[in-house]
Amino acid sequence: MQIALFTIFGLLAIAGALNLLLQRHPIHSALSLIVVMMSLAVLYWSLGAEFLAAAQVIVYSGAIMVLFVFVIMLLNAGEEEHTRGSRVAAIAGFPGAAAIFCLLSFVFLSERHTFGATRLGESVNGVGSNILQISHVLFTSLLLPFEVTSILILVAILGAVVLARKEL
Amino acid sequence: MTHINPFLLFILLSIVKIAVVLVITLTAVAYTVLLERKVLGRMQNRWGPSRVGPFGLLQPLVDGIKLFLKEDMMPLAVERPLFVAAPIIALGCALVSISMVPFGTRTLVPGTGVDIFQVADINIGLLVILGITSIGVYGIALSGWSSNNKYSLFGSLRATAQMISYELALGLSLVGVVMRAQSLSLRQIVASQSEHGIWSWNIFGGLQIVAFFIYLMAAYAETNRSPFDLPEAESELVAGYHTEYSSMKFAMFFMAEYANMITVACVATLLFFGGAGSPFGHLFDHFGNGWFISAALPVFWFVAKVFAFLLLYIWVRGTVPRFRYDQLMGFGWKFLLPIAMLNILATALALAYHG
Repeated sequence: MQIALFTIFGLLAIAGALNLLLQRHPIHSALSLIVVMMSLAVLYWSLGAEFLAAAQVIVYSGAIMVLFVFVIMLLNAGEEEHTRGSRVAAIAGFPGAAAIFCLLSFVFLSERHTFGATRLGESVNGVGSNILQISHVLFTSLLLPFEVTSILILVAILGAVVLARKEL
Repeated sequence: MTHINPFLLFILLSIVKIAVVLVITLTAVAYTVLLERKVLGRMQNRWGPSRVGPFGLLQPLVDGIKLFLKEDMMPLAVERPLFVAAPIIALGCALVSISMVPFGTRTLVPGTGVDIFQVADINIGLLVILGITSIGVYGIALSGWSSNNKYSLFGSLRATAQMISYELALGLSLVGVVMRAQSLSLRQIVASQSEHGIWSWNIFGGLQIVAFFIYLMAAYAETNRSPFDLPEAESELVAGYHTEYSSMKFAMFFMAEYANMITVACVATLLFFGGAGSPFGHLFDHFGNGWFISAALPVFWFVAKVFAFLLLYIWVRGTVPRFRYDQLMGFGWKFLLPIAMLNILATALALAYHG
């Protein structure tokens, strides 16, 4: 059953990603991206990371993509047009994406012993909740990066306030 | 029962449970509409629907038939696939989240490990409900955009901005409860409040009364209900995001709104009012020990609490006037959010002091 889940949602993610590139209208692209996010959440879930899956749905599909859709709706963005730049992007994009994919998979495969591994279907098979472990790691060994990330977000918020203030 | 494959049995029982819960929820939705019309009517010194059936009790049936038989208009300028998908997303998300709710105490079907009173017991049930609610925004956002109508678009822009803003306060108000229960599973949150009846409920014994009011206000805004019903403010926006919808598509938005109300009432009951626990705790446990009483009484308490919340919804709609939009945003960001954060801080300090 886990294999079936993985196949269905893996294919769905790939189909969504392709649709994202092929659609001409930004709102259809944004909706395909949501499909990708949701399928990724299901994949996380089937790997036993149920907290990550829920966070993926709440943060990415529920907040960030809603803002994307909101901005597209607000600007009333029309269909995209093909320019010179888009042809260059199409020519350079595929080899570039392939190169990044190869590099990432090489790093992950060669360093898999340090990253640790998980098996398909851990949460479905009834292994306990991993929220405790995540929070333990976040507040002990990863405390500094965690706090630095939150400062990064704070800086972004301040920047947004400064930009919005100018127009008042 | 030994000759049936346990996995198959689990699937079959789950399908039966889902069907029963769906039917009960949709009936509850229909009768909440009737309740609202009746109670609002009495508040405004009139009768409300009283012609169809005794006391107007068959009114939901007639309303349903009317909506089914109306012509399903498809305006020419709409974005067709999204226009059709939007009400489905809205209603689907509204109905899925009810599957996490435990309606009674854990009661197993004899011979299996299947719980009668809950469709899915997931150890992050609360997060799943929040996630599904946040997906439900798309139904409203897309309906306004695909309608190609300025009033619809304004309605859905308002709804989207409002729902994102209040989701923060909503999520933060629940953190105190989660810290007290030390779990995100709805069953365990209920179990953490079951010891001494009313005194161990989170709202009284857990001192989460501030969190409860934040939750209540944020949830009213999330479900686009009065006094935060700006997305469908009829004096400004015709009917808001569902202006262009008719027949069953309109009915689906309507059902989604009431299903969301029921979900919010269920979650409030579970998190702050002890779920299916009796307000008297275990005081009267020795009176009825039959299996039927011990299974049905918690369900009765649960339904009574949810009903009280639905009445509160209607009461608020009948009394409080609508907010202005800047007031709504200021209230959410400048008032509810800081108080929710303070509540988390206070709860954490109290827990650290006692623990």
